[in-house]
Amino acid sequence: MSTIATLQIGEIGYISEESLDFIPLKLLEMGCLPGAEVQLLQIAPLKDPLYICVNGSHLAIRVETAEQIKVLKIE
Amino acid sequence: MANRPIKVALIGNPNTGKTLLFNQLTGLNQKVGNYPGVTVDKKEGISKLSGTQSAIIIDLPGTYSINPTSIDETIVLKTLLKKDIKESPDVILVLADVENLKRNLLLFSQIKDLEIPTVLAINMVDQMQKKGISIFLSVLEKELNTEVILISAKRNEGIKEVKEAIIRCHVAAKASPLCGINHKIDPDYFAKLKEISPSHSLYELWLMITQNNFPETVTSEEKEDLLAFKKDISKLKKYQHKETIYRYQEINKILKKTYIVDKSKASDLQSKLDKIFTHKIFGYFFFFLILLVIFQSIFDWALLPMDLIDGFFAQLSELAKASFPEGVFTDLLTEGIIPGIGGVIIFIPQIAILFLFIAILEETGYMSRVVFLMDKIMRRFGMNGKSIIPLISGTACAIPAIMATRTISNWKERLITILVVPFTTCSARLPVYAILIALIIPDTKIFGFLNLQGLVLLSLYTLGFGMAIFAAYILHKILDINSKSFFVIEMPNYKLPSLKNVFFEMVEKTKAFVFGAGKIILALSIVLWFLASNGSSEYKNAAEIVSKMEVNRGISSEEMDKRIASFKLENSYIGMLGKSIEPSIKPLGFDWKIGIALITSFAAREVFVGTLATIYSVEANDDDVTTIKQKMASEVNLETGEKRFNFPVGMSLLIFYAFAMQCMATLAIVKKETKTWKWPMIQLIGMGVLAYISSLITYQILS
Repeated sequence: MSTIATLQIGEIGYISEESLDFIPLKLLEMGCLPGAEVQLLQIAPLKDPLYICVNGSHLAIRVETAEQIKVLKIE
Repeated sequence: MANRPIKVALIGNPNTGKTLLFNQLTGLNQKVGNYPGVTVDKKEGISKLSGTQSAIIIDLPGTYSINPTSIDETIVLKTLLKKDIKESPDVILVLADVENLKRNLLLFSQIKDLEIPTVLAINMVDQMQKKGISIFLSVLEKELNTEVILISAKRNEGIKEVKEAIIRCHVAAKASPLCGINHKIDPDYFAKLKEISPSHSLYELWLMITQNNFPETVTSEEKEDLLAFKKDISKLKKYQHKETIYRYQEINKILKKTYIVDKSKASDLQSKLDKIFTHKIFGYFFFFLILLVIFQSIFDWALLPMDLIDGFFAQLSELAKASFPEGVFTDLLTEGIIPGIGGVIIFIPQIAILFLFIAILEETGYMSRVVFLMDKIMRRFGMNGKSIIPLISGTACAIPAIMATRTISNWKERLITILVVPFTTCSARLPVYAILIALIIPDTKIFGFLNLQGLVLLSLYTLGFGMAIFAAYILHKILDINSKSFFVIEMPNYKLPSLKNVFFEMVEKTKAFVFGAGKIILALSIVLWFLASNGSSEYKNAAEIVSKMEVNRGISSEEMDKRIASFKLENSYIGMLGKSIEPSIKPLGFDWKIGIALITSFAAREVFVGTLATIYSVEANDDDVTTIKQKMASEVNLETGEKRFNFPVGMSLLIFYAFAMQCMATLAIVKKETKTWKWPMIQLIGMGVLAYISSLITYQILS
């Protein structure tokens, strides 16, 4: 199963419902919701953090958080 | 007749232009205070809404939601929960950014549920066309059940309308919840919760139990009942998640009808700029280039005003001395208070320039990119990408730098940042470095163009920064604090900074420094003055004793005065203190006179130069650096017959000043931020021991 951390730069995924319990409240509040579209925009030079666009919000999160959030990819 | 001013709380997400709107509403008519118990700045200003109605606007810290994760955000929650108390707001003005309306409405929906009259202002509408956004205002107002004003704080558009809306909203005093969280999640559970206290809105009660924050308006029985709800933490957590999702569902429904984005029209400047600024090579390149420009300006631009300030206060002292009758009061004024104030004012140019740059970097949105670039590196040393801002600010002054750590929500990372910030070379070390380097390093050029003195100064900066990083690493390994929290930072769209805003920010922060640190520096300089101008019976009879001494026979009266002054100092309380510590600092190459300077430096490091000037009895009123320098250069070590400030002693002193924690004001602010004396004491002792040992090694090797 892919997570936000396994996306390629530019790739889009949809956050899976089952991730809900693993998304910190703060991140939920910033728009990172199950079902939302998430795009990986950039990876920091040392592979961490990740720069994502989710639900229109541009955010940077650490890989340890991104690994917890599963996404569905639409081929 | 003028009406009672309306209390308005201004609240919004970070990066929505909230500060700018606040400045537009209040002009210069604002003041910064402190929230009780924390050092978070409380900004308030008066705004004239109409001919007869004014408002007190409270600028609350930017937050993404009412559920707080940092001290700043806790303030927002506390202010909003204070219903029925004097400080509670009459009207809440929520500011949203047109581009991120969906996320901004989450906060709005939470605030609506508090059932306080609310106005929504949507900012940056000047960007709508460029971003392909259209809004159906009347439908939006109806759906949100709130008056909505489109504004452009930057162009000063819509401000008048916001003022009018605040009055209307206050008069109507209509407040209704937007979502009503109970129905969809668990009706029984929330019905029971509401039964506890009819005088509070359901959402308020919900916040009290989830945030464990009970205002005075809750009775003790009510509180007990509420605490019973808190028992099932996992349920609370689950419901909080559900609540957020539910809110977003509602917001999405509303926005579908009222907010349209035509993506084909949107320009994509952000992703283009991000490709450069977050690039793995160019990103760092730009960052270091910017740092270079900042440091260059701090030293180049600030030089002239600092000299002027220095000269001004010297003349002021002289003037006061000449125009007041001689006596204790005049001495206190000319030797204690005026130089004390001067010692604070002198840093204003450097600090103002630094704040100017930081304000620009934050306004443009660039700072988030730096955090993104640096997070992984800083984490290896137990810090956070956000620690980079305090570490840069620390080169001006550790006090604002320590206050800037508040954005770090992980306690361990924040604590480590606070503890190591004082290692960075603050501007108070600069005068000390300058005079010592001038004394012990020859003014020559290497390779024909690199100034050797400048190079030494640069290496001292590097040393300070390196030690900060190293200390952080050690602390990271030994501090056993399990503070679990995660990291998220918004990467806002790039914006051109508003000059007005940047200027306001600079003035505000500089003011905060001057009044915060200034008080302590001033108080301590008065104490030092007292210790230096009072002493034992030898002190009181100095004139008699010195004139009777064999060696002083036949010297000019001018020379005699100087010797009396020296003798007085030696026998003043502070001189006695210096003598008493002499044995312990002798291995570092210091004598009791330097010892006094070390003690007085505790008020503020730059006092070192002034103290030595007094000690070496430089002619009063003539305190420019060359004379002090000449005096220091000619000071002889009586035991060896060598110069007192030779290379080993100078190096030892430089190292000591680089590492020692000699700043009362910083210790006070660390105590305030960490809420215990434990951490400032650890700083004081740890850095002191490190400075002592390093100086000892330096001196023993070199001499």
